[in-house]
Amino acid sequence: MSEEKQKIDVKGYWSEVLTLTCSLLAIWFAVSYGAGILFRDALDNLSIGGAPLGFWFAQSGSIFVFVILIVVYCRRMTKLEEKYGVEG
Amino acid sequence: MDQMFWTYFFVGTTFALYIGIAVWAKAGSTDDFYVAGHDVHPTVNGMATAADWMSAASFLSMAGLIAFLGYGGSVYLMGWTGGYVLLALLLAPFLREFGKFTVPDFVGDRYYSTFARVIAVVCALFVSFTYIAGQMKGVGVAFSGFLGVDFNVGILIGMFIVFVYAVLGGMKGITYTQVAQYCVLIFAYTVPAIFMSMIITGNPIPQLGFIGNAAGTDVSMLEKLNQTVTDLGFLEYTQSNKSMIDIFAITGALMFGTAGLPHVIIRFFTVSSAQAARVSAGWALVFIALLYTTAPAVGAFARLNFIDSVNDATYIAETGPDYSTKAAELTAAGQKPVPQWYKDWEPTGLLKFEDKNGDGIMQYRGPNSPDGIENEVNPNRDIFVLANPQIAQLPGWVIGLVVAGGLAAALSTAAGLLMVISSAVSHDLCRRTFFPDMDDKTELRVARFAAAGAVCAAGLLGIYASQLGFVAQVVAFAFGLAAASLFPIIFLGIFWKRMNKEGAIVSMLVGLISTFGYIYFFKFGGGSPEQYLFGVSPEGIGFVFMFLSIIVGVVVSLMTAPPPQDIQDLVEDIRVPGTRQSHGVADAGMAPAE
Repeated sequence: MSEEKQKIDVKGYWSEVLTLTCSLLAIWFAVSYGAGILFRDALDNLSIGGAPLGFWFAQSGSIFVFVILIVVYCRRMTKLEEKYGVEG
Repeated sequence: MDQMFWTYFFVGTTFALYIGIAVWAKAGSTDDFYVAGHDVHPTVNGMATAADWMSAASFLSMAGLIAFLGYGGSVYLMGWTGGYVLLALLLAPFLREFGKFTVPDFVGDRYYSTFARVIAVVCALFVSFTYIAGQMKGVGVAFSGFLGVDFNVGILIGMFIVFVYAVLGGMKGITYTQVAQYCVLIFAYTVPAIFMSMIITGNPIPQLGFIGNAAGTDVSMLEKLNQTVTDLGFLEYTQSNKSMIDIFAITGALMFGTAGLPHVIIRFFTVSSAQAARVSAGWALVFIALLYTTAPAVGAFARLNFIDSVNDATYIAETGPDYSTKAAELTAAGQKPVPQWYKDWEPTGLLKFEDKNGDGIMQYRGPNSPDGIENEVNPNRDIFVLANPQIAQLPGWVIGLVVAGGLAAALSTAAGLLMVISSAVSHDLCRRTFFPDMDDKTELRVARFAAAGAVCAAGLLGIYASQLGFVAQVVAFAFGLAAASLFPIIFLGIFWKRMNKEGAIVSMLVGLISTFGYIYFFKFGGGSPEQYLFGVSPEGIGFVFMFLSIIVGVVVSLMTAPPPQDIQDLVEDIRVPGTRQSHGVADAGMAPAE
């Protein structure tokens, strides 16, 4: 197994993982703490259907985005693993 | 009687199913018992995690809390789902790659310290016991409220069921019963929600009804609700009187707390690889989101329904046939009688009416009552989910289904917590700390004994805690402590190689003591809200102290010697799936799984 590991560009792999993680967490922060809490008053001027947008993000919208974030993470990680020959 | 029949039918059938699964999935080794043999399918594990996670509180209380708090209830919605993003991205796959059985296993081995392991055991036990008391209480409430069984007998029945499948089947039995429990609870939650959404908004999908118009009008449902509540002197539904910083901190404490809860984390040890752990976290959130995006709709509908059917109704003291005659008379005279469901629930004490102005009419008012009438109706928030099917006049079988769903939610969470408690005792304390020479068979026997002991302790706690009435208060402890003491060291243990034993121990202790002290001071020690640190209430303080714990941990680590090379290599290994090897100090006590 150690031979296998030497073939893998661990540093490159890990830095790509970190970039991916940070960008997804930025979105995670933006939809919940951002749209749902910090900027909700401004967003409430807009609406989605009959709900004020900021309120909707706090009660439903953020949850939908959370699901999408994990799905994107799984897909991108699988691609990264293929690229670097990590066996997953 | 029809309703009673359906309740017994659903509860009886589901209990028989759980026991059947337990017998089928008997655990044969410690691998089976702790981690279900490391080979649970990711989707199955996702479903089990969802049931494990969604407790009696999620099922019974959350929609009611939201109905009362309006926008303020968002902290639970975001907090209890957003934690899964952290789990999937920061913890679950790496902990799976690490390949041991429990959270203290990771802490003890990563930080090459028995002391760190023992502190982690203390945290895990504390968090789990506070949590399990609430579940047992939920079981007691469901039995006494619906099946006419004594509260304590209800808890004993619940204990017996969990005992059978947790002690026999361990994690393996729990996994498959949780899958069944998820199906029961999600069905029981969504069926009444769909009916209610149809009635109130004309749209069968609650998530769409939530943002849609009130049926037959072109006013949005939320606008109508805002209008209705402000007319009665309540704050607008889409507003909250909590400060922004408090909402921010509570959401944070719940999110990071969720990610640090041991009974959630151990579910990810049951899948076959790091990749499976990621996928599994995704499935878990999908299954959880089904309920959590329905809950805000249920909360809003329930508030509307409640006001509509109770406010300004004429109270009738009689019950049974006398009630019906009187109600018919009132209706004929063009008045609104108190609804049947209200009379059904009145004996439970979950609804209270006090005729302050003596006019015989039930006035439901908020703190800023515009007509100067004092509020006379006090509903318990749990009533919203429990009585919803009746308020919406749904058939008797739906009510039976809701009871079975509530029990499924409580039992599945209790079982997951029992696993944490029993493995902390048999594995972390006995095998890994005091008797390293114990063989697999003995450990399995000890684990079964520990699970049995934990069931009894949890039952007693449920019985006594309900008398003390402090269960709701101590739940803040569970999330706060998980966020401030467990999350930081697990996170740093993976993402910062330099984190050492000294840093980890100090970090855990700082998080544990500061959070515990703060919550204790404000919940039991007589502290008043003016004294809040940065205006953050005890529910949210874990979030603030989490940063303190991280900073202290980092500073202490930098001031002391770096961890041994073995440990640094180990951290490198768990970051890259499939490269995990055995490393001296860390794996001396127990080899990592394949």
